[in-house]
Amino acid sequence: MKYIDEFRDKGLARRLAETIAAEAHPGRDYRLMEFCGGHTHAIFRYGVQHLMPPNLRFIHGPGCPVCVLPMARIDHAIALATQHAVTLCTYGDLMRVPASERKSLLKAKADGADIRMIYSTQDVLRIARDNPDRQVVFFAIGFETTTPPTAVAVKTARAEGLTNFSVFCNHVLTPSALQTILSTAGPDGVQLDGILGPSHVSTLIGSRPYRFVAEQFGVPVVIAGFEPLDVMQSALMLVRQLNEGRCEVENQYTRAVSEEGNRKAQDLIEEVFRIRPEFEWRGLGFLPNSALALADAYADLDAEQRFPVEIAPAKEIKGCECPAILRGVKTPTECKLFGNPCTPDNPMGSCMVSSEGACAAYWSYGRFRATSTQPPALMLD
Amino acid sequence: MCLAIPARITSIDVAADTAKVALGPVCKEISLALIEDAAVGDYVLVHVGYALNKISEEEAQRTLELIAEMGLLEEELELEPESEPTSATAGTGDQR
Repeated sequence: MKYIDEFRDKGLARRLAETIAAEAHPGRDYRLMEFCGGHTHAIFRYGVQHLMPPNLRFIHGPGCPVCVLPMARIDHAIALATQHAVTLCTYGDLMRVPASERKSLLKAKADGADIRMIYSTQDVLRIARDNPDRQVVFFAIGFETTTPPTAVAVKTARAEGLTNFSVFCNHVLTPSALQTILSTAGPDGVQLDGILGPSHVSTLIGSRPYRFVAEQFGVPVVIAGFEPLDVMQSALMLVRQLNEGRCEVENQYTRAVSEEGNRKAQDLIEEVFRIRPEFEWRGLGFLPNSALALADAYADLDAEQRFPVEIAPAKEIKGCECPAILRGVKTPTECKLFGNPCTPDNPMGSCMVSSEGACAAYWSYGRFRATSTQPPALMLD
Repeated sequence: MCLAIPARITSIDVAADTAKVALGPVCKEISLALIEDAAVGDYVLVHVGYALNKISEEEAQRTLELIAEMGLLEEELELEPESEPTSATAGTGDQR
C-alpha cells in the first residue's frame, strides 16, 4: 500500500545499515531511546536492531499508554462497571491488562459486567444514543494522538444533550514523561545518547515541544516515522548528530509532522481538557502536570465525579519488572516472570499485554535471538 | 496504541464531516473533525476512526530520495558520481 510498501524496501534497508555501520565510531556507544511503543514494535518486528552495529543499541521507552496505566485505574474502571452498573466502553488494548487480584476488564465482562470494546469514540456516542436508559462511560486512555477523538466525542455529547454519556479520563502527555526519563538518566538511571521522537503524537503536537530535550538536557532528538526505513534513517540522523557534536531537534517524518502540528486538534484539547496537577504512571510514579482531566466547563461529563467508587489499594504482581522496564533500566529478559509464567497468552504485567510493550515485542520477535550469534534474516517480506 | 494507517479519501460527506477511505481492499468511514481542507484523493493518517493529518506526497518523495542517497557509501559517491541511487519510486497504490 502507498506510504507503507516503499518504506519497507529491503535493498534500501541493507544499504542504510551499511552506511550506519560505516559511520558509527567503533570507540563509542550510541544508546538511542525509542520513546514510543510503535517504534519498539517496528524495531522487533522487522529485525532493525540486528541490522545495527553492536555499539548502537535501542533502549525501549515508556511510550505505550496501556503499559504506563497504573493498576489502580483499571481497578477503578472495573468498579465503575460493577458498582454503578454502567456500560463501560474502551479500546481493545485495555481488555486484558491485569488489574488487582488477577482481574481484568475481560474477566469482569465474563462475570456479567457490561463492558464493550469499541473502535472509535463515534461508536461510544452511538451506544449512548441507542441506549438512553443506560449510563455509558468511555474509558479513555492514550497520549496526544488519541486525545483529540475523545475531545470530539465530549463536544458532540454536549451539543446533542446526551446526558447518559461520560468519560473516565486517563489521557497522558508525552513531554512530561520525557522530562522524567531525562531527569533520572545518568549513572544510576538509564544512559541515553539520543531520542527517537514519537511519530503520530508529533503529527498532533508538532516538533516544537521537544526543544527542551536538546536545550535543557543536551540530548539530540529525531522525530521518526513508524516504518522500518524511517527508524533506520532516524538512527543514522542521530549517529550523525552525535558524531558532529550537534544537539538539535530534527524531523525525519516530514510527510506528516510539521513544527507547529495540528492546530485544530490542539485547540480542541485546550478547550475540552485541563491539566491535572499530578497523575500516577506505572514505573515512573506520580508525575506533575503529566495528564489531562475534563475542563471545568465539561465537568458534568466527568465519570469520576458522576460515579464515585470505592476501591482497595492496588496490589502489584510480585516479581513483575514492568516498572524498571518502562524506565529503560532493565530489559524484559531480566524479569524472573518473563516467559514463565508471563507470556502474551498469560500476561502478568502490562508490558506483555500490548503488542507495543517491550516484553510482548521480546517474546513475539526477539526471544530466541537475544543470545543468538546468527544474525536473523531481514524481515521485510 | 498510537498506530495510524495511511489511507486514501474516496468520497466526502460535507454535512456529516466524514469521509470514506480506502485502506487497501477495505473501505471505511472516518471522521474529518480533526482536519481541514480534505479533498478526494488526499492521503490521511487514520487513527481510531479519525483523520489525524494529511500526508504530503512531496515530503514522502523527498524522504525516499534522501534515504536512497544516505544508502550510498562515501566511496561509491566518489567512484560513481553519475550513478543513480537505488530505485525508490513512490508507491502507486498497488495492493498487496
